[in-house]
Amino acid sequence: MDRIKIELQSSEQRALKELYGMLERRVEAAPSGLCPIDVVKNMITFSHSQSCGKCSPCRIGLEQLARMMDKVTSGAAEESIIDEIEKLAQSIADSADCVIGTEAAKMALSSIANFKDDYLSHINNGCCTCGIDRAIACTDLCPAHVDVPGYVALIGAGRYEDAIRLMRKDNPFPSVCGYVCEHPCERGCRRIMVDDAINICGLKRFAADNAGEIPVPDKAESTGKKIAIIGGGPAGLTAAFFLALMGHQPHVYEQRAKLGGMLRYGIPDYRLPQDILDKDINNILAAGVTYECNVSVGKDVTLDELKSQYDAVYLSIGAHDDKKLGIEGEDSKNVVSAVEMLRAAGEGNAESLAGKRVVVIGGGNVAMDATRTALRLGASKVTCVYRRRIEDMTALPEEVQDAQMEGARMLILHAPDHIEANENGEVSALWAAPQMVSTIGSDGRTSVKKADKPNVRIPCDYIVVAIGQAVDLKHFEESGIPTNRGKLKADLTGFVAGSEKVFAGGDAESGPATVIRAVAAGKVAAANIDEFLGYSHEITVDVDIPEPDHATITPCGRVNLTNRDVENIDGDFGIVTEGMSEQEAKQECSRCLRCDCFGYGKFKGGRSEQW
Amino acid sequence: MVNIVINGKSIEVPSDITILEAARIAKIEVPHLCYLKDINEIGACRLCVVEVEGEDRLIPACENKVREGMVIKTNSPKVRNAVRNNLELILSKHKAECTSCVRSGNCQLQDLANDYNLTCEYRDKDDNEKRLEKWNSEFPIIRDAQKCVQCMRCVSVCDKVQGMHVWDLVGTGSHSHIGVTGNRLIEFADCTECGQCITHCPVGALTERDDTKKVMKALADPEVVTVVQIAPAIRSGYAESLGIDPSVATVARLAGALKMMGFDYVFDTSFTADLTIMEEGSELIRRLQAGDLKKYPMFTSCCPGWIRFIESQYPELVPQLSSAKSPQQMFGALIKSYFAEKNGIDPKKIVSVSIMPCTAKKGEAELPEMKGESGAPDVDVVLTTRELMRMFSSERVDLNDIEEVPFDSLFGEYTGAGVIFGTTGGVMEAALRSGYYLVTGKNPDVDAFSDVRAVSFDDAGVSFKDVSESGKANWREATFDLAGTPLRVAVTSGLVNTRKLIDAILAGKVSYDFVEIMACPGGCAGGGGQPIHCDDVERGMTRGAVLRDIDASSAVRFSHENTDVQKLYQDWLGTPGSEIAEKYLHREY
Repeated sequence: MDRIKIELQSSEQRALKELYGMLERRVEAAPSGLCPIDVVKNMITFSHSQSCGKCSPCRIGLEQLARMMDKVTSGAAEESIIDEIEKLAQSIADSADCVIGTEAAKMALSSIANFKDDYLSHINNGCCTCGIDRAIACTDLCPAHVDVPGYVALIGAGRYEDAIRLMRKDNPFPSVCGYVCEHPCERGCRRIMVDDAINICGLKRFAADNAGEIPVPDKAESTGKKIAIIGGGPAGLTAAFFLALMGHQPHVYEQRAKLGGMLRYGIPDYRLPQDILDKDINNILAAGVTYECNVSVGKDVTLDELKSQYDAVYLSIGAHDDKKLGIEGEDSKNVVSAVEMLRAAGEGNAESLAGKRVVVIGGGNVAMDATRTALRLGASKVTCVYRRRIEDMTALPEEVQDAQMEGARMLILHAPDHIEANENGEVSALWAAPQMVSTIGSDGRTSVKKADKPNVRIPCDYIVVAIGQAVDLKHFEESGIPTNRGKLKADLTGFVAGSEKVFAGGDAESGPATVIRAVAAGKVAAANIDEFLGYSHEITVDVDIPEPDHATITPCGRVNLTNRDVENIDGDFGIVTEGMSEQEAKQECSRCLRCDCFGYGKFKGGRSEQW
Repeated sequence: MVNIVINGKSIEVPSDITILEAARIAKIEVPHLCYLKDINEIGACRLCVVEVEGEDRLIPACENKVREGMVIKTNSPKVRNAVRNNLELILSKHKAECTSCVRSGNCQLQDLANDYNLTCEYRDKDDNEKRLEKWNSEFPIIRDAQKCVQCMRCVSVCDKVQGMHVWDLVGTGSHSHIGVTGNRLIEFADCTECGQCITHCPVGALTERDDTKKVMKALADPEVVTVVQIAPAIRSGYAESLGIDPSVATVARLAGALKMMGFDYVFDTSFTADLTIMEEGSELIRRLQAGDLKKYPMFTSCCPGWIRFIESQYPELVPQLSSAKSPQQMFGALIKSYFAEKNGIDPKKIVSVSIMPCTAKKGEAELPEMKGESGAPDVDVVLTTRELMRMFSSERVDLNDIEEVPFDSLFGEYTGAGVIFGTTGGVMEAALRSGYYLVTGKNPDVDAFSDVRAVSFDDAGVSFKDVSESGKANWREATFDLAGTPLRVAVTSGLVNTRKLIDAILAGKVSYDFVEIMACPGGCAGGGGQPIHCDDVERGMTRGAVLRDIDASSAVRFSHENTDVQKLYQDWLGTPGSEIAEKYLHREY
C-alpha cells in the first residue's frame, strides 16, 4: 500500500530554507569594502557544499580553487597562482557535468577578470587593496551622504526640526526627498540582515511634514564673490544654497516661470505637491539666493556675458528635451513627448484628455508619471506599451503597481512599429510588433527579439512618447563647453576643463538621473567652487545626536506607506501616498540598528560633521 | 546621580559614567582588554560584557552609560560563559610565548588568562601563523603581528592622541589585521617614533627595538670605555614596577647601579639640558632681536618625535626650529670630543649609551647629522627605561642594596631647571629663567614663570579626548615681561594638540615668540619608552610632578648657574653660539 506517497517538507528542509533566506538578506546588505577574493572564495566554498559529488571537476576542483584563493589572501602565494586558478576554473567551467560546478567556477574566473590588482596586492604586498572606509552603509550609499542614522535617531526622539537641520547640512531638499527620493540608502540597510530595510524615505517625509519653522543656518561672512547658476532645478538650487551659506552671492537664471526644474515641471503633483516643493525652495531663497525667472541663457543672455560678470558659473540646465522614436507617423498630431506633457501639467495648463484613448510608450519612471497623469487628465483608457517585460521596466516597481492600480493597462513585449494617422493627420492607432524574451546580455539585462507574430493595431487618440530625455546643448557647445554623448562634460569635481571658471552638474552632466544625485552634484560643485574662489568654508551643523538604546533585535515588519483610495481619478492631482503616523514613525525609528554607534562605526566613526 | 544595582549591591553613582566605571565604584572589576578611557571605548574585545535586566543581549560595560534603576550582573552564567569564551577566542589567535616575551608580568592578556584559570589548551590554536608580516627590524618600533589581539588601542592612540594615523585595521573578515595605513611600510609612514602605541599596547605586539645586547657587549669588552647618560625623566618613575619606595629610587642610586654594572662614566643628561638652555636661550634672544620671530615663533628642538612631526607635516616651519641639538645629542658630541680629549681617551674606543624615556631617541641618535668627525655616531646606543629595567633584572640588581653615587666629574652638576626638561612646560620655564638673566643680567624670581607649569592633563591643555569637544584650549599660553619687551609663549604636548596649535599659528589666529612642543602627552615623563602598567592609568603628569618636586628642592635652579656649564664655556666653548658651540652643539635640518 505504499507504492507512492504524498511528500511533505521535512523540518530540516524548512529550517534550511529559512537559513537560505538569512543568507540572501545578508548578501543583499553586504557591506562595502570587503576583500573581494575572500568573498568569492567563500562563495565557492558554499557552492562546493551543493556539489552532489558525482563529477570530479566540481567535487574536487572547487575545493582546490578555494584553497588556492585562501593561499592568496594569506599572502602565501606566488604570482603564478593566478594563472593556475584561472586554468583550473576554466577547466571546471568547461568540463563539470552541471551548472553547480560551472557557475561556481565562473565566479573564480570573474574574480580574476575583475580583481586582478587585488590578487597582485595580496601576493606581492601581503595586503588587500580594499578596506572599510565608510562604516555606515545608508550614509555611504546616499549620493549626498546625508547623516541617516543621525536623523532617524532625532525623529525617534521627536526632534523633527533638528532632524531637518541635520539633513540640510548635506541636502537642502529634505521635503522633496521625503516625497520622491529613490532612497538608494535603503539598499544596504543592515537591518535587512534581520528583517527588512528601515523605511528611511518615509521617515524623512514624516520629519518634513511635522517639523515647524526652521531658521536659516548661520552664514559665513560675505566674500563679495558672485556666482551665476544657470538652471533652477535641484542641482542648481543646492549649489546656490551652500554657496550662499559660504558667504558668496549666487544668482540663479531660470528659463521657466518658476524655480524647481524637473521637480516642478517633471514630477506630477500627485507625487510631489508644489507647496511641498515651495517649502524647500523658500528655505533655500531665505539663505540669500537671488534669482530671475523667464531668462533663457543663449537667448536673453549669453554664457560669455555671464562669465565676464561673475566669478564662477555653474551649469545645471537639466535634461528637458525629449528623445524621438524615429518611426513612421511620429510627426502626426496628438503625438507628444512626456516631457512636454508633464511640463504642461506642472504649469497647470495641460490639455484635457477627456474621453481619449491614450498610449504611453516607455517603461521608465517618466512613462509611469505620464501614464498616471493621462488618467488624471480624463483619458478614458491609458495603455502603456513596452517592448520588454514588466520586470525589465526601469521604473520603480511600486510606480508600475500604482499605475496599474489606478487603471492603466500594461501592454508588454510590444515594440512600437509605426503610427497610423487619420485623414486629418491625427493619431488613430499605434502599430506594435510583438516581441519575445531572448538572451541576457553582459549588462545583465534581458534582451528581446521580434516574435513570429503579426503586428498588432492599438487604436488610440493620443500618444505620449516617454523613451528618454536629452539635454539642449546648442548654446553651450557654441560657447566652447565640451560635451560628451549628448551631455555636458565635467570632471568629478564638477569643473569643466578648459573653461576658466565654469562648473557643471545635475542631469545635464550625468544624463537623466534622480533628485538626490542632482543634490549631490550641487553639493560637490558648491565645495569646489568655494575652493576655486580661494576659500575653504566648512558646512556644519550643531545638532547633537541622541545616544542609542541597546537595540533589542526582535524581527519586526517594515512600515510601508499606503496609498489613499483615489475614488475619482479625473482631475485629482492630490498627493496619493499617505505619510506615516507618529506611532508608525516611532516604531520604524526603533528598528534602526544605529550603525554609527555599533560595530565599525563605534571604532572609526562614520559621521562627517562637516564638509 | 542614579541608583543602580550591580551584582545585588545597590549603589548611587554619577549619571554620566559607564557601567565599567560604576562597577569600579562598587569595587567590582569588570574584565577588559581593549578599553582605554576616552581613547578606545569601542567594545571590541567583548570581555567587559554584562547582563542588564530587560536586555536580551549582553552589553559591553565600557561603552554604555548607567541609567536610573539599571540592574546589572557581571557574574551571571551567561556573562561568565561569554567572557570565558571570548577570552579563549582571543587567546587562540595570540602567540603566547610568555616565557620569552618582554611583557611577561605586565601583560593584560596574561593576567586575564591567569585570572580566569585558563590553564589548558584554549580552542583550536591558530597563533596568526598565516600572517607573514615583513617588519623592518631596524626600526625603533617593532611589531609582532602574531601577538596582536586587535584591541585597536594603537590605532586609537595614534588617531586620537597623536593624530598621525599610522595604524589601521586593514583587510576584512578572517584576514582583518592591524597594519600600517595605506599599505605603507612603517619607515615611509611618517611615524614620529613616539612610542605611544607601545605604551598603550596591552600585550607584547608592539615593543621597542631591544638594544640591550649592544650595551652588554660593550660592557664586556675591556678595550671599550663605556659612558652612559641618564635623561631627566628616567628618575620620575623608573622603579615603578620594582616595588621599592620612591624615595629610594633616586637618580644617584641609578648611577650607582650603572657603575656596579660596569659603566666607566655615568652622567646626567640634565647637565646638557642646562647647556641646551644656554645655547637655545641665547639663540632665542638673538633671533628675537634680529626680528626673526615676527611672523612665526621659534620652536624648541629637544624632542625628536616633534622634530619628525614638523619635518613631515610642516616642512615650511622647519627653519623656525631652534638649531640647538637635543640634550642627548649635545652630551653625545661632548663625550666624543671635549671629554675624550680631557681624559686622554681615543673617541673610537668610547661606547656612548643613553637611557631615555623615549623610542624616538633611538632614531635621533642614528641621524646622519648626529655623527662625529670619525663618522661614528655621537650616541652609540639608546636604551629606553624599560630596556634598562630588563638589564637590571638580568643583572640581578636590587636597588635597595645599591649605594647612591655622584655623577662623574667635568659634567657632574645639574640644576633643577635641567631636571624639569622631562615634563611639559619644563624646557620653556628653564629657558625663561635663564633668558631673563641673559637680557637683564639679573635672576628673576624662580617662580616668575609658573604660568607655563601644569599639574594635570586638563591643566596642561593635554586631553586624551578630542579637546575640541570639551571646548578647552589645546595648549597653555602666557606672556612675560622681558625687561620691557613682552614675550609671548605657548606650550603643549601630544601631537593632536600640536597640530591644532600650529594650524592656529599658521592661520594667524594666535601669535607667539617661543613655543615648546613635546610629542608625548605630558612630555618625556609620559614618554613612549617609559614603564608600562596594566592599570591603564596615564602617568605622564604624576611623573612630571616628581620632576617638579626635585626642581623645587634643588639648591641651584638656574641653568646659567651650573658651575660645570660655566667652566665648560670658560675652558672650551667660549660663549653660547660661538663657532665651537655651533660645531658641536647645533645642527642642521
